[in-house]
Formats: sequence, C-alpha cells, structure tokens
Amino acid sequence: MNPENYVLCARNLHKSFAGKEILHDVSVAVGKGETKVLIGPSGGGKSTFLQCLNFLIHPDQGDVFLDGRKINSANKRELYDLRQQVGMIFQDFNLFDHLTAEGNVSIALRKVKGMSKKDAHARAIHELDRVGLSRRADHYPAQLSGGQKQRVAIARALAMDPKVILLDEPTSALDPELVGEVVAVIRKLAAGGMPMLLATHQMDFAQALATEIIFMEKGRIIEQGVPEALLAPGARTRTQDFCLSLNQMGNQNSMQLCCHSQAAPSPSAPEE
Amino acid sequence: MQGSFFPYSIMIEAFSEFFANLGDNLLLLVKLLPVLLKGSGITVIVVAGAMLFGLTFGLPLSVVQVYGPKPLRWLVSIYVWFFRGTPILVLLYLIFFGLFWMLNFHFNEILAVILIMGMTSTAYQSQIFRGSLQSIPAGQLKGARSLGMSDFQAIRSIILPQALRISIPGWSNEYSIILKDSALAYAVGCKEIMSYAKGLAIANGNLALAIYILAGIIYLIITIIGLWGLRRLQRKIRIPGYSHA
Repeated sequence: MNPENYVLCARNLHKSFAGKEILHDVSVAVGKGETKVLIGPSGGGKSTFLQCLNFLIHPDQGDVFLDGRKINSANKRELYDLRQQVGMIFQDFNLFDHLTAEGNVSIALRKVKGMSKKDAHARAIHELDRVGLSRRADHYPAQLSGGQKQRVAIARALAMDPKVILLDEPTSALDPELVGEVVAVIRKLAAGGMPMLLATHQMDFAQALATEIIFMEKGRIIEQGVPEALLAPGARTRTQDFCLSLNQMGNQNSMQLCCHSQAAPSPSAPEE
Repeated sequence: MQGSFFPYSIMIEAFSEFFANLGDNLLLLVKLLPVLLKGSGITVIVVAGAMLFGLTFGLPLSVVQVYGPKPLRWLVSIYVWFFRGTPILVLLYLIFFGLFWMLNFHFNEILAVILIMGMTSTAYQSQIFRGSLQSIPAGQLKGARSLGMSDFQAIRSIILPQALRISIPGWSNEYSIILKDSALAYAVGCKEIMSYAKGLAIANGNLALAIYILAGIIYLIITIIGLWGLRRLQRKIRIPGYSHA
C-alpha cells in the first residue's frame, strides 16, 4: 500500500512486551471516508495496534504515515502534532474527572491549540451540541452516565479537528441500554465521511459501518476484506467463525445482524 | 521513687501548691498568657514556613519520583530516606551549632528551623503527593496525551489538580505533626511557644505544670484551627459527584 493515498497508514508494525510478541508485521491504511473495523478475540493486539498509531505505545518496528508523511516520533513537536490530528476514543472514556464536560472538551483547545478561553468555550459547546450534550456542559464526569461520558470523549476528540479517529472498543464498557446513543453518534460521524479505525466486538455495528473488516488474532492480521465477502453466506472465513462463536456465547443482538443474510443459521439462532 | 532521675516529689508539691492558691495562681497564669501567645506567633511562622517549603520542593520531587527517569528517581529516594531517617533535633544541632563551630556562622534561629523542618517535610510531603499521583487513573494521562498535550502540560493541568485535592487529608496530617515537631525548635533558642513555656516555668516554679498544660492547650487550638481551614478548603474544591476527596 502506498501511504500517499491514505490519511493514516501503518506499515509493518511490530511490538513485543517482555519478550511476548503482541504485534507481528501489522499494516493497515485508512483512506478518506473509510471506516475500517478491527475485530478478533480479546488479547489479539487490536488495542495495542491502535495505540501504536498515535504512539501512546511505541512500536518496536514499523512506520506510521499521516497524509503520506512519515512520522518521526522522536521529534516531540511532530509527535504532538500527530496526536492532535488523530483523535482517540477509549473503552474507559478517560475523561478528566476534575473538569466539567465543557472543561474536558475545551482544555486541550486552550493548552494545545492556544485558543482563548472564550473561543475554546464556544467551540466546546458546539461540539457537545453535536453529540447531543450541550445541556450537560456543566456536569462533571461523575454526574454523567457511561453513554454520556463516551459522547463527551467523542466531542473532546472532534474539537481538535482530527483527520482520522481511532476508536478502541467504544461501547464495551457501557451498559447495554446505553450502547445505542454512542453508536448513533459514531454512525453520524461515519456518514459525515470521517475516516475511522474502529476496534469492536459488536458485529452488527461492524457490519453496518465497515468499508473493510480486518480480523486480528495473536498479533497478526488473519483476514481482511469487505464485510459482504467475509461474512457472505457460506464463506468459510475465520471472521465468520468468530462471528458465529460470538452468537453461541449468547450475543443475540450481534448474531441476528451477523447472520441475517445467511442461508444456514447457526443452531442456536432463535426463531423470530 | 528513691534514686529516680525525675523529680516527682517536686512536681507533686508544685501541683498541690497550685490548687492551694488556685485563685491567685490562675490570675498569674492569665498574666503570663500573652508571653506564651507571643511564642505562638513564632510557632505559626515556623510551621507555615516549613509547610510551604515542603510543598514547594516536595511536589516537584514527587513528580520526578513518579514520572521521572530512573537515576533521578533514585536520587529522590535517597533524599527521602535520609530526611525521614534522621531526627529533626540532630539536623537542627548540625546546621545550627555545627555551622557555628566550623565557620563561626550564626544562623538565624527561625530560618534554621524553617530550613531543617522544611527539608524534612519535603521528604514526607513528597510521599503524600506520590501516593496521590499514583492514584489518578493512568488512562487520564493517556487521554491527555492523545489530544496532543505534552507530558508536562498533562501533569500540570490534568493530573496535579486532582492529585492535590486527594492530598489534603495527608497534608492535614503532616500539618499536625509539624506543629508538634516545631516544639523542638526551642533547643536552638528559637523563641516559640515551648521556649517561652520553659522560661516561664523556670521563673515561676510553682506554676510549671500549669504553664506546660497551657502551652499544650495552645498547640491544640492551633491544630484545630489549621485542620478546620484545610477541611473547609477540601469541601470547597471537592469535585461534584464524588462522595469523597
């Protein structure tokens, strides 16, 4: 893949922790308007990979390109610029507990972008409005539900005008009834053409949004392709096996969507 | 009590004498009170100075110990080990009499006490702050970095404001300890509460016990004022939605 054609591109990333290989030669590229979805078993390296893309974890080997330009992560200025332009959403939100929703969104605008307090405030309110939380601007994280916290985190990332957003299992820490509101915001982003790289266990979500599904296991990319191909009826892919095993664990929501087009439903599929 | 070093019989005598002439003695005590209060001004200055000294240097040391490179962490550990392991009195003698003996340099008593107690408090306070820093979820640092903040910015505007809030109870504890430790200052001639109490007790032998009790009460009052102020501060800057801290 030629990095010049993509917004964000990772080439041949390797990472080991204490002698254990977490990532083995992983390359992924996200282009304009693309949503690439990382799926695979827990511990497969998805989260590590995403964090290598903005050097929250430094890869042992391999390169990251933003807009075709190779990032030299040893250069602090270049590193901080990259992180500004690559939004990141975490499973546990990682909101700043001592700041209101508005403060969470505006602080980096002030400290990193050097905006005035007034401008940063206006921008923060605008972004909170986009995720439907302008009325919660004065609430502290401890006063918000999980879904609201994650939406604040999304607003915080969007306020930096990122070129691409990395989402690390954004709905995994949420109560089931709160997943919908976060998914809705992410769908809206995707529809607006924001390039995204999303790690998730929610297959319905993956299938609906993905321009490409990337299946990772044991630190390697096992399969990748458009959802129609990987999840086609009768396609004997690892992705589909994984999908079915999720079903058997009783994840009915993802099962129905995952299998809705399949000729032979899994034995555990409920009757409508 | 034969052969005992401590003059119990004299104390008991003084004690009974005190109650025998309770009215006169209380009147005398009230007259002596302003002298003790004069000392309490110095005590407050010494305690405030040592606490601020400890805050100024303990906070950066804690940041180094949590986020700094290994060699610097070791240096901080050695500092902390030394000052937590050496009695304040020994350090006071060293800096006060030691310097005078070696260089004929006369250290101002108050400054000497603030310096030594401040350096000791730096060691203790750095450990209070270290615990607080480590209790802030690591994800928040990640969140700050992911927005393009430098580590310095992230620690300053995200981690420290939370860590300092959590530190207040530990800081209150340190305050009450320092306040009492400040009584050691009389050993180098610093004119604080204890030194006045000792002077008055010698001059008014029959009132000695009462004077020391009075000094103790003054310490208790200063303690409670400080703790009350810190608790108010803690309430005032509490993060809404959190039941503690």
